[in-house]
Amino acid sequence: MTNEQLNSGNPKVDIEYRRKKNAEEMRYQIITFALMIFLTLVAFVAVGYEGFSASFAVPFILVLAFVQVAFQLYYFMHMSHKGHEAPALFLYSGVFVGFITVLAFMTVIWW
Amino acid sequence: MQAEEKFTNETWPASPEKQTLEAKNKFLGFWFFLGGETVLFASLFATYLALKDKVPNSEMSLAKDLFEMPLVFAMTMILLTSSLTSVYAMYHMKNFNFGKMQLWIAITVLLGLVFLGLEIYEFNHYVHEFGHTFTSSAFGSAFYTLVGFHGAHVAFGLMWFIALMIRNGKRGLNLYNAPKYYVASLYWHFIDVVWVFIFTVVYLMGMVG
Repeated sequence: MTNEQLNSGNPKVDIEYRRKKNAEEMRYQIITFALMIFLTLVAFVAVGYEGFSASFAVPFILVLAFVQVAFQLYYFMHMSHKGHEAPALFLYSGVFVGFITVLAFMTVIWW
Repeated sequence: MQAEEKFTNETWPASPEKQTLEAKNKFLGFWFFLGGETVLFASLFATYLALKDKVPNSEMSLAKDLFEMPLVFAMTMILLTSSLTSVYAMYHMKNFNFGKMQLWIAITVLLGLVFLGLEIYEFNHYVHEFGHTFTSSAFGSAFYTLVGFHGAHVAFGLMWFIALMIRNGKRGLNLYNAPKYYVASLYWHFIDVVWVFIFTVVYLMGMVG
């Protein structure tokens, strides 16, 4: 699924190959979308269904959220492609600081 | 390759969003910005979690009294779908199809507007039916700051898309505007990333209690 400039010296061949590549990637994107819809449905059902306790439902839907966000980042935002080392560094630095902030607010602060 | 150069299907590069130096800088700078946005939203989430259901008296509504599943579900599906439609726009950008790219951006904008309309309805409902306002409690302040900040991002994203569509309507696709569209679509996806945590942490966890 790389998107490097191709150069066979024959643009007509290149273009057909690239169109096929792009269509193939679009197919993966639709599969990703279907999975994200599915994860969302599971999360809503887990909360709507009376049989699950809060101690099960809360961690469960949090895991679903992280999985869905990973799909969004790696497929929709192309982080799975080459040349995304710096974006990954920036984003994960943000996630690291964000995680510590949430942790601190939830454990150090009480009323 | 020049930014303003006219392209054909044959000469259009495979990664137009990273072809010029300006495009590479934009790409990098924008991801840096998204790292900062992550911290910003995390601090708002942290504040919300610390102040959730902190109300001055027992007559005030708590999260489990306020939130209703059908509305949140509709908003989630609409925003998620708008994320896919902007992927379609980028697909057509890579295939050098300016018309279809603009069309899918327009569909994305429409879905975003519906989302924003539902959010306005929701806030209005809380204020008038439950007396849940920005100043009524710490819970209210934290809730409206977090969800409202996300809503403001949606509104900004919509204005961004509309500005791009109008400004480039007659220009067609080239290496000057392809990175602009690409970065705007990244922003839109990020808005959806934040919403995934909002519907999970604020709404679903709020309904659980």
